[in-house]
Amino acid sequence: MVRTLLVRGLWVGLIAGLLVLGFAYLFGEASIDRAIDFEEHAARAAGEPHGAELVSRSVQSTIGLAVATVVYGVAFGGIFALVFAAVSGRVGHHGPRVTAALLALVGFVSVSLVPFLKYPANPPAANNATSIQERTGLYVAMVLISVAITIAAIALGRRLIPRFGVWNATLLSIAAFVLVIAGVQLALPTVNETPADFPATVLYQFRVASLGSQAVLWATLGLLFGWVTERNLPRAWSAHAHTATPAR
Amino acid sequence: MSQAIASPTLAAIPLRVPVRELLPWAIFSGMLLLMLLYFVGAEQGATAMFSGSYLHEFLHDGRHLLGFPCH
Repeated sequence: MVRTLLVRGLWVGLIAGLLVLGFAYLFGEASIDRAIDFEEHAARAAGEPHGAELVSRSVQSTIGLAVATVVYGVAFGGIFALVFAAVSGRVGHHGPRVTAALLALVGFVSVSLVPFLKYPANPPAANNATSIQERTGLYVAMVLISVAITIAAIALGRRLIPRFGVWNATLLSIAAFVLVIAGVQLALPTVNETPADFPATVLYQFRVASLGSQAVLWATLGLLFGWVTERNLPRAWSAHAHTATPAR
Repeated sequence: MSQAIASPTLAAIPLRVPVRELLPWAIFSGMLLLMLLYFVGAEQGATAMFSGSYLHEFLHDGRHLLGFPCH
């Protein structure tokens, strides 16, 4: 059963990665090119020598982007399937289609949107190369904290259901999530290294494209994985019932 | 807890995978998948297992657009 779900997650992730590739190429590459123009212009103005390219722009923006998005999609697809296997039938009592859609929505908010609000994606030349370790540490910490608070909020919501009912318990747990996240984000250090003359439209377009790529990823994972799992449910369930009863 | 098994109407039953079955998969494939994410997002950036910067440059556009901290 887990193997079936995992393999499904991997290929659904592959498709999600390809869709992200298409979206990122169409909506993100132009702003990366313009950011690199700015970077080279600034370097020339500062009299820095133009370094030789290790990987050409045409490779970075095609094969390089494709490998990155597809591997990213496959990895998230697999993790999505494992988390789905853990929460299905335990958190909420929905069928696979609704469970997968809700999981994708929670994943998008928790893994992508909340970290983005504090440490948004940046185009080339919008950060100091020297601060990458600090920025990576803060970003990874933000993702982990966000996921931990999400899990805590869901656990809280489940405990509140008997007293307040599903609707009010859900609203209360969302309110608790927003409050705690806001406190954490106020406490964490702000990164603001973007040069004053960096074009604002490029920054804006790049960030919208980046957030859009995340939305494409999670929407594909949630809807496609849920649809295929719902469709194959009776067969998968009976195979599972034969090998692994009694279920706990 | 196993009320799902007793009911014959499959469509109404939420899929429920036993923890014992899930755990080995979650640990081993979970680790591998997180390693993949590390290579896409951070290798030859904040930390490096391999020297050089070819991987960083090759994955450059993807890293930026996928939201990983880059230069």
